[in-house]
Amino acid sequence: MKKQYTCIICPNGCEIEAEWDNGKILSVVGHTCPKGEQYVRQELTAPKRTIASSILVENGVLPLASVRLTAPIPKEMIFPVMEQIRQITLRAPVKAGTVVCRHVCGLESDVVVTKNVEERKQEE
Amino acid sequence: MERKEVVIIGGGPAGLAAAVELHKQGVRDMVILEREDRLGGILRQCIHDGFGLGRFGESLSGPEYAQAFIDEVQARGIPYETGAAVLELTCDRKVTAATRSGLRQYEAKAVVLAMGCKERSRGSLGIPGERPSGVFTAGSAQAYMNLYNRMPGREVVILGSGDIGMIMARRLTLEGAHVQAVFELLPHPSGLPRNIVQCLDDYDIPLYLSHTVTEIHGRTRLTGVTVAEVDVDRRPIPGTEQEYTCDTLILSVGLIPENQLLEGAGIVIDPRTNGAAVDEALQTSVPGIFSAGNVLHVHDLVDFVSLEAETLARSVAAYVAGTPPVPCNLAVEAGRGVGHTVPQRVSGTADFTLSLRVTGHYRDCRLVVRQDGREVVSKRMKKAIPAEMVQLAVKAGNLRRIGALEVSVE
Repeated sequence: MKKQYTCIICPNGCEIEAEWDNGKILSVVGHTCPKGEQYVRQELTAPKRTIASSILVENGVLPLASVRLTAPIPKEMIFPVMEQIRQITLRAPVKAGTVVCRHVCGLESDVVVTKNVEERKQEE
Repeated sequence: MERKEVVIIGGGPAGLAAAVELHKQGVRDMVILEREDRLGGILRQCIHDGFGLGRFGESLSGPEYAQAFIDEVQARGIPYETGAAVLELTCDRKVTAATRSGLRQYEAKAVVLAMGCKERSRGSLGIPGERPSGVFTAGSAQAYMNLYNRMPGREVVILGSGDIGMIMARRLTLEGAHVQAVFELLPHPSGLPRNIVQCLDDYDIPLYLSHTVTEIHGRTRLTGVTVAEVDVDRRPIPGTEQEYTCDTLILSVGLIPENQLLEGAGIVIDPRTNGAAVDEALQTSVPGIFSAGNVLHVHDLVDFVSLEAETLARSVAAYVAGTPPVPCNLAVEAGRGVGHTVPQRVSGTADFTLSLRVTGHYRDCRLVVRQDGREVVSKRMKKAIPAEMVQLAVKAGNLRRIGALEVSVE
């Protein structure tokens, strides 16, 4: 069987064709870097994605701080991980780079803050 | 009136990168004017990852990408003022800004235009119907969700397959909304292929090409839209109408350079980019006024915005140091299959990077730059699509001093 893929690893979006038989990958063509082949192999076996979202911040100049995952997670875990992220609340000041949840849902991926949110001053 | 060597209008990715590079080039007497409360521009609300692969070799979120430049601006002590909206720019480089401390005027040796772009809105589409709430541009929906913690709605239809629209389709889905479909007027998607995969396909959101919204329903809040197929001339085909019940319509129908200030200074605008027409130094038709980033032409990736702003900064540094300008009299024209080019004119005596977009989908094509019909440089491409900006390095050694250049797809 043959299947077409658009690689999502970088903006080039290489069009890659994979051929497989009985769960065995016979060929991967069309990628312009090794990450493309890795991506297609992963898509065929266990597709993974990263996600980004926000967490609530108390007493901040913004009500939210953005977060992302440090490593891709299995696609079917996207919504359970979102649910986990939704439970997290921090108090300002919040620093980008702070890990707010290690091994989210038991996975090899952490939730990390990506935005500084300063504390709200009285007059603001 | 305050005198400055350089005034940078806009504290987003272009303005920040320009400021840092100007500082590296030895320029100290400058200021960044940013109309919002914080530096960072649109990246502040682009919380998804995928930024900086070219520049930092890793996939960052928008806020992280911006912060890397903000940290650098602060570490170098580059002056900036937030809450400062530039109201007027003149051809003799006087900049008037409304700031927290009142009206301020600067007289600059050089001005950097780095204002970014704005979204096309409902008004420019001419869709009949009432004016209910629930119709948002993709960028305003993104600001509501990612900056202010407000959900735009629950049942969503998206018009336009621009990247921000697709990214919002995923974002809305992750936060529990139901995105019914994305409709695109053109026969091809406007956004990047990877976003079709990771924002639409992954969440089973269908994309219908050659479709548009023909009517908006609802008086106080949106209650639904009528969608129809369009013919090759983009006219709705009678009999193909379908009704969709929804409370939210997201528009991702194109970006336009934020070029209002240009008119006051009499800067020549290229109708193809809607930004200033520039030379290879990224100087506009008005001496001492330079432009880079999305206000010059809408980019696909922020990494290219940063690079372009750095190129600009090197020209600006040379300009304020008094290096005599090189006359740029060779026109660069968009030929077959090419929508626009930047720069629009060159000297023929310096290397430059040519940025362009193709107008259709091409496979196994060649982008060719010719001068008076003679091939100067070419790039072989497996595919070329309008969603992606293409860049070509052009060496001065291959150019003659006279004769217009033309770029086309062959």
